[in-house]
Amino acid sequence: MHIPFRLNLTLGLALVSLVILGAVFAPLLTSHDPILDADLMNSEMPPSWDHWFGTDSQGRDVFSRVLHGARVSLTIGIVAQAINSTIGIALGLSAGYWGGWWDDVVNGLTNLMLAIPSLVFALAIMAVLGPGVMSLLIALGLTNWSWSCRITRSAVMSLKSQGYVQAARTLGYGDIRIMLTQLLPNIVGPVLVMATLGIGEAVLAEAALSFLGLGIRPPAPSWGNMLTDAREAIRSVPWATIFPGLAVFITVLGFNLLGDGVRDWLDPRMQVRA
Amino acid sequence: MSAAPDPAGAPILKVEDLHVRFPVSGGLLGRKRTLHAVSGVDLSVQPGQCLSLVGESGCGKSTTALAIMGLQPPSSGAITVEGRPVYGPGAPDRRARARLAQIVFQDPFSTLNPRETVGRALSQPLMLHGVRSRAERAERVATALRQVGLLPEHAARYPHEFSGGQRQRIGIARALILGPRLIVLDEPVSALDVSIRAQIINLLMDLQQNLGLSYLMISHDLGVVEHVSDRVAVMFAGQIVEEGGWREVFTAPAHPYTRRLIETIPNPARLTGGASEILPPAPEPPSGSIFWPPVDRRPDISQPPEPSALVSIGEDHRARVRPV
Amino acid sequence: MSGPLLDIRGLTIGIPNRAGPPLEIVRDLSFDIMPGEVFGLVGESGSGKSASALALMGLNRRPLTTLRGQALYGGQDLLAMPRRSMRKLRGNRISMIFQEPMTALNPLARIGRQIAEMFVLHRGLSWSEARPRAVEALAAVQVPNPEDRARAYPHQLSGGLRQRVMIAMAMACRPDLLIADEPTTALDVTVQAEVLRLIRELCEREGTAVLLISHDLGVIAQMCQRVGVMANGRLLELRDARALFTDPRHPYTRGLLAALPRLGSRATEGRHRLADLDMTIDRNAPDFAATHLIPRGEPA
Repeated sequence: MHIPFRLNLTLGLALVSLVILGAVFAPLLTSHDPILDADLMNSEMPPSWDHWFGTDSQGRDVFSRVLHGARVSLTIGIVAQAINSTIGIALGLSAGYWGGWWDDVVNGLTNLMLAIPSLVFALAIMAVLGPGVMSLLIALGLTNWSWSCRITRSAVMSLKSQGYVQAARTLGYGDIRIMLTQLLPNIVGPVLVMATLGIGEAVLAEAALSFLGLGIRPPAPSWGNMLTDAREAIRSVPWATIFPGLAVFITVLGFNLLGDGVRDWLDPRMQVRA
Repeated sequence: MSAAPDPAGAPILKVEDLHVRFPVSGGLLGRKRTLHAVSGVDLSVQPGQCLSLVGESGCGKSTTALAIMGLQPPSSGAITVEGRPVYGPGAPDRRARARLAQIVFQDPFSTLNPRETVGRALSQPLMLHGVRSRAERAERVATALRQVGLLPEHAARYPHEFSGGQRQRIGIARALILGPRLIVLDEPVSALDVSIRAQIINLLMDLQQNLGLSYLMISHDLGVVEHVSDRVAVMFAGQIVEEGGWREVFTAPAHPYTRRLIETIPNPARLTGGASEILPPAPEPPSGSIFWPPVDRRPDISQPPEPSALVSIGEDHRARVRPV
Repeated sequence: MSGPLLDIRGLTIGIPNRAGPPLEIVRDLSFDIMPGEVFGLVGESGSGKSASALALMGLNRRPLTTLRGQALYGGQDLLAMPRRSMRKLRGNRISMIFQEPMTALNPLARIGRQIAEMFVLHRGLSWSEARPRAVEALAAVQVPNPEDRARAYPHQLSGGLRQRVMIAMAMACRPDLLIADEPTTALDVTVQAEVLRLIRELCEREGTAVLLISHDLGVIAQMCQRVGVMANGRLLELRDARALFTDPRHPYTRGLLAALPRLGSRATEGRHRLADLDMTIDRNAPDFAATHLIPRGEPA
């Protein structure tokens, strides 16, 4: 397939930049404070010129809270996935390259992680650590590395018999150096795709955990606890759930499209090499 | 380069009774089996010589090459390069070994890291081996590139900007960069077009002469082997079945496997009445013995080979036999 | 039959270019194949020999297109034939084998079924009628225990056996022409010898002509009656095989033969530098005179 205009890459980039720009410039985009501007007199107002997304049951501006919530959600999504990718790549590289008992151990661990739904696992960790940003990062960063690990491992297994990896060994390169300079640059493509998809998953998981009351503590805004707060009034105050829901949807869709797009974009080069 | 073997000189490479066995699991319920990939190989390469290890896929020749390079630990046996053991106590570490022997691989497309410039691929090993000065590294990279017929400015390029033949030259430059005296050539030209093949063979012969290199060449191409080798060892089912000077092996092949290899190679000389059109009659094995193993059936390398021995059948010429 | 089985005239293959003249990969290729003959096309990679073979079968992939020329087979032009009629010929009257049989075999189907399919497809046999024919076909290509092997999957066979299976499929309908594109390049020399002998014997018995495509001058010399030498998309020399190898006329052919380290040559000629064949033919030259040889054009 040869598509000169890559729709998913462009759309994904656009959506992700929209969310990131919104998060970064949140204070400039709205004059309402997401927490302090609680105005019970103005609660449950539908979208208007002053409150683009309306106000919630405590009279806080939903637009402002969605923007500020993006900061929390994106930070957690990106940092948690960075932790996941680092763990997955480190384990996958070493297991694929060294093989033997270490490979068996890593494989067993990966299968274990895959057998337990990662959200359930994260839930258990959150229950132990208690709510908060740090606990969220730990819970989400430690539970979703198995796919990165698998993909890295299988890519390494097929690459390690290549002439240049063998040559690096005969030239006296140490194992770590081989992994970092010879193997890692050549598996960056699939790993990057996994990471992009993983960010979307982490954002969703954060929302889920916060929704269950285990994530970000109110009144700090996160998309998850905004949904929790507003769910009882979903019929009478639909905008308070629709907009944070839409934000989650757009972010996850954006990262998924971006991941797909990156994969398509890297594909021709992979084929040339094969 | 065609120096006569100097019996007094110490060999640059010595392989003694090398065995490499691989465990293989026989499927879900199958019992564990062992593949005897290399079974008792002895080799020695004198300084400045080219020894070729000839055989078909699966005969163990590449496993032997990897074992010599320290990439495949042997099950038993000893390998020494310039008198220093490759494995076991007293073996130099990976870095010290790197300066003793290098290898050139077959596939010009997988031999170079696609994400690394040629200059980086050549200078990183130097850095690793303590060449601190950037200028000196650049100079040595330029020298290596010139030695293989490329230009110093090629250092800035990535592998995909080169043709197959040029990549093979870069692979050779990488093998030369640390200045080893022994180079293992693993099917160095079999993936290349005829015309490119000729250029690379010429380059390898020139380098051998100019730098005093010793080669162990792994190949299945008898035309190439005859052209460049001083000595030839023919491998079949993990064992050497015939060994000797190139002239002895090619003009008076004795072992039925060697004869079959020579007979079956499609050769334009057949049409034109070249020298190899008719093999000389097979010599008789020493009395009381037969050439071993037989070649009419594929030997089962999941069993250890039956006892047999390489015996002298002429001056500088040995073949594998078994008493009847 | 006295005329040629296949008469190829002016075959030109290239990539159409909206902005200008098309990029030609093969230009003005003309040769004929007589019934029962083994015709060789020899050349290095990029010479256009495989693209030519695929064009005859109508199998070239976009953007590669047949731009001009005819390939007359029994009064019909293969190159201008509707797809449907071409499909009826393919595998039936004209069949093809490739370098790597694994890619041409369906990994999920037993080989007996894959061979039987040829009879079902082209002979209208039922599956139950076709099955014993498939076993016969395996026996014809000297596969040991054909009954058992018919139940095997492709990955369970060695490279040599897989190529025999391919040959069994290709020869199932007793075609007039077998196109063999580097059929033994992936095989060991002793296996190669057996497969080549098999191709020759089978085709001789069935009266099938062979278009053998190879980079290996030795294989070509051993198999072919007539040989065409291709370089850079042009046919440089078309000769009787013996004449070509004893008295090559074109300087490119001479260079190709001189660049080959031939077994047995060292005993008479000593160790010498091989001739560098650092040239090819200018694709746009009007003729093939030696003056039109140009450097081979590696990226500088």
